[in-house]
Amino acid sequence: MAKIITVTSGKGGVGKTTTTAAIGAALARTGDKVVVVDFDVGLRNLDLIMGAERRVVYDFVNVIQGDARLPQALIKDKRLDSLFLLPASQTRDKDALTEEGVDRVIGMLSQHFDWVICDSPAGIERGATLAMRHAEIAIVVTNPEVSSVRDSDRIVGILDAKTLKAERGETVDKRLLLTRYDHVRAARGDMLKTEDVLEILSLPLLGIIPESNDVLKASNMGVPVSIHDPNSVPARAYQDAALRLKGENIAMELPRQRGLFSKLLRRAA
Amino acid sequence: MTLWKRLFSPASAPQARERLQILLSHERQVVGGDDLLSRLREDILAVVAKHVPCEQDNVKVRLERGTPMSILEIEVEVRGDINLAISRAA
Repeated sequence: MAKIITVTSGKGGVGKTTTTAAIGAALARTGDKVVVVDFDVGLRNLDLIMGAERRVVYDFVNVIQGDARLPQALIKDKRLDSLFLLPASQTRDKDALTEEGVDRVIGMLSQHFDWVICDSPAGIERGATLAMRHAEIAIVVTNPEVSSVRDSDRIVGILDAKTLKAERGETVDKRLLLTRYDHVRAARGDMLKTEDVLEILSLPLLGIIPESNDVLKASNMGVPVSIHDPNSVPARAYQDAALRLKGENIAMELPRQRGLFSKLLRRAA
Repeated sequence: MTLWKRLFSPASAPQARERLQILLSHERQVVGGDDLLSRLREDILAVVAKHVPCEQDNVKVRLERGTPMSILEIEVEVRGDINLAISRAA
């Protein structure tokens, strides 16, 4: 049976889709079978971040409505054999995702994969609550910025109320992923520090992803940032986070940019 | 920004932290109350709808917290004129 993860945040634009793709690819890189599922009906983007936008034939809603079988809708990643994508539908009908349909598809996926990673839409509407419904682990993606922290706090409340685990009286394992972190600005006192956000939200820390040009570069190319340039700072931060999800005990240090010398060496190689 | 300003402008992160702590301690209480309010709204809607046509969106329940007294404000909007005689009969 798969472990089901939901990547969520409340606020838009903080890096949910980037994180879904990066963590999914990092886990698949270790040999695990992974499927990433886009829940953002009408505004799908995970396909684009994964570089699979031209290979979408059938989607999540087609499977739910019986117009396609699940294996027809799953897109196999071109780089990693054990990584698959279930794209969202671009229909404008937000009610196309039904509770029963989602239950059925997640049930099927969890029989065939080690990890099912659900990419939640922004907001706290139906799509977001459906994405978190089956979560065992929730990755709460947060920027060190007031509106993002506030929305994350709201999402934590919803995770404790509106998930299957909550209905059973259990709790979802919530982990904080701090993204777009700039340690220079934090040290200068112009950005909330990791400890500030941890204290305010009181969640265990899954990882810190530094602000980096590599993230935009990877999305331009349609490659998950964790495998685009596997030695880049954000790639290593995502790989560490993925290993922590697998239960490994990895020290929480900010990966540093390599020196000019090793950079040149790498370029020459 | 001039170098002078840059060197001597006070750090803004402590402000962010303090504002968030105050706001969230407030909002966490309200979220607990939110559930109470939505339950109240549903119950009130059920009672009112038995007698006059009324929709979910037209029942507003607000809570103004205060010490020593809080105010629970309930506003029910009903479409058109209500015929008292009929509603009493129903």
